[in-house]
Amino acid sequence: MLYREAGDFKTSYRDDGQTFPIRLDRVAYYAVLIVAFLIVPFVINDYWANAVVVPFLIYAIAALGLNILTGYAGQVSLGTGGFMAVGAYAVYKLMTTFPEINIIIHILLAGGITAIVGVLFGLPSLRIKGFYLAVATLAAQFFLVWLFNKVPWFYNYSASGQITAPTRTVFGLAVTGPSTSAAAKYLICLLFVFILAWVARNLTRGTLGRKWMAIRDMDIAAEIIGVNPLSAKLSAFAVSSFFVGVSGALLFSVYLGAAEVGEAFGINKSFLVLFMIIIGGLGSIFGSFAGAAFMVLMPVVLKNLLVGQFGWATDLAAHFELMIVGALIVFFLIAEPHGLARLWALTKEKLRLWPFPH
Amino acid sequence: MNTQTDIAIADRQLGGTLMELRNITLRFGGVEAIKNISFDIREGEIRAIIGPNGAGKSSMLNVISGFYVPQEGEVWFRGERRGPVKPYEVARLGIARTFQNIALFDGMSVLDNIMTGRLHRMKAGFLSQALWWGPAEREEIENRAQVERIIDFLEIQNIRKTPVGRLPYGLKKRVELARALAAEPQLLLLDEPMAGMNVEEKEDMSRFVLDVNDEFGTTIALIEHDMGVVMDLSDRVVVMDYGRKIGDGSPDEVRNNQEVIDAYLGVAHD
Ligand SMILES: Nc1ncnc2c1ncn2[C@@H]1O[C@H](COP(=O)(O)OP(=O)(O)OP(=O)(O)O)[C@@H](O)[C@H]1O
Ligand SMILES: [Mg+2]
Repeated sequence: MLYREAGDFKTSYRDDGQTFPIRLDRVAYYAVLIVAFLIVPFVINDYWANAVVVPFLIYAIAALGLNILTGYAGQVSLGTGGFMAVGAYAVYKLMTTFPEINIIIHILLAGGITAIVGVLFGLPSLRIKGFYLAVATLAAQFFLVWLFNKVPWFYNYSASGQITAPTRTVFGLAVTGPSTSAAAKYLICLLFVFILAWVARNLTRGTLGRKWMAIRDMDIAAEIIGVNPLSAKLSAFAVSSFFVGVSGALLFSVYLGAAEVGEAFGINKSFLVLFMIIIGGLGSIFGSFAGAAFMVLMPVVLKNLLVGQFGWATDLAAHFELMIVGALIVFFLIAEPHGLARLWALTKEKLRLWPFPH
Repeated sequence: MNTQTDIAIADRQLGGTLMELRNITLRFGGVEAIKNISFDIREGEIRAIIGPNGAGKSSMLNVISGFYVPQEGEVWFRGERRGPVKPYEVARLGIARTFQNIALFDGMSVLDNIMTGRLHRMKAGFLSQALWWGPAEREEIENRAQVERIIDFLEIQNIRKTPVGRLPYGLKKRVELARALAAEPQLLLLDEPMAGMNVEEKEDMSRFVLDVNDEFGTTIALIEHDMGVVMDLSDRVVVMDYGRKIGDGSPDEVRNNQEVIDAYLGVAHD
């Protein structure tokens, strides 16, 4: 089957607006879903879950969240780590205070709490833009980490200052705590990724998404056509922070199991997620996944290759990794702001014309 | 002469007052951009605002659209005095505009840009949007149908999915008009819709402006430097110079006004 639209005419606006207008893309999408839900859970082992798949899924949610704020609504944020911490500490407090309530509800509530915090820290965006907003969100990052360190109530007065996730189950299957299986970790993260990516896609293709992009591209014109900048910006902060909060909650409760705020949710995390969306592609759902996959996979691949195969020292390999990331960021910022997603789209464009490029 | 045409012309001249500007004065710090200007815009007419560079035409349009609040004077719209409005409330009042320097959303497709013109009519709640269910989907399809009519009307079907940033200048101007039309405004403000266009593009644009006025009954206020275009299109013309109004009337009256001729010929001001 050839990769193109020819003979695949759209006869309604509904069809034309669908997510995957080309049939092969649609088929590929369902194939990925079937493999992800029905096959991977049976073959996944601890190594793959912990090293690659689970962090990829969790960071994909954070990247989607930051991409909504930065890629779609044009508001730069360096506070992602801090907002992930809000999600993590919120879910921790909820889990330990209301142990009888289902963890899925707690994770969603943690997202909601993060959304509220995100809106509060988003308020300056009504007055300041670009670089200054980035600095303000950076302040949020440091403030939040400081807060969770300083106020013992947040970590239930534990001696170590760490938070530790107790065991919680969904349908009798442990999804948090030390006895959680690789498949269970994977499935709960997959569930959140699947639903949230679908929500992100819906929001960005509709009314709210157009408001966000209008504000991003030209805020004065957006206002003239009737977009209230206050509600557009704050809704972007709210939705974005919800995603980031859920991601932080999953990172702590499902993946790490125990966390210390400065280590798990420091400024490095903010940059990591920012790099994901720059490399993956600003303003693209697919790009959020591509960027998360890239940033999670690259260290693993490099380690296996350089340390495992070529016998490099570990710290040398780590430096090499930093250099690669740095070079890529510069490349994408200068040459291709739409990241891997755009390169992928270009490849598909070529494919569509192949074998007759003219 | 055909009596029916006479009546049509008479009707046109008698259209009710849609907007009235009374003794408007607008200052930027020490600069008086508009000096005590009054005029009206009647329903269904094409009202041109002309004048040399820096005369205050764009500022006037910004006062009409509510983007600038004049220090003195009153703005009456649909028979009511209009208080200060927030820029984003203007669209809801039935006023849409285009800009002298194109203000499109470069990162979005032509279709999405035009759809933004209808944003202020979208009512679906957050949950419905998030789940793409019920009202959100229905609204999207209904509004898309409306936008497609405008796309057909302006003959831009083939660039629907093109990112606006990649379009040539003339087409951008047309897309901006499409976005303004998508709002189905009662009053349409066009700031130099034909600036920088070649003759052919100007002819197309003139035809569109006339058609919009004819077919949708939209009242239009436009700023234009090309006198030929202004004389062809407009029912009445306001002439500004250095922030003052120096002429107001039919194209013919204005053309024969000595003060207007002086302003355009660059006669020295005392
Ligand atoms: N935002 C502003 N701040 C300060 N001065 C302004 C502002 N906008 C316009 N002016 C001044 O007001 C005067 C009128 O400007 P305006 O843009 O309305 O002129 P115009 O008739 O549209 O000119 P052009 O034909 O060049 O577009 C000019 O002297 C201009 O410098
Ligand atoms: Mg002007």
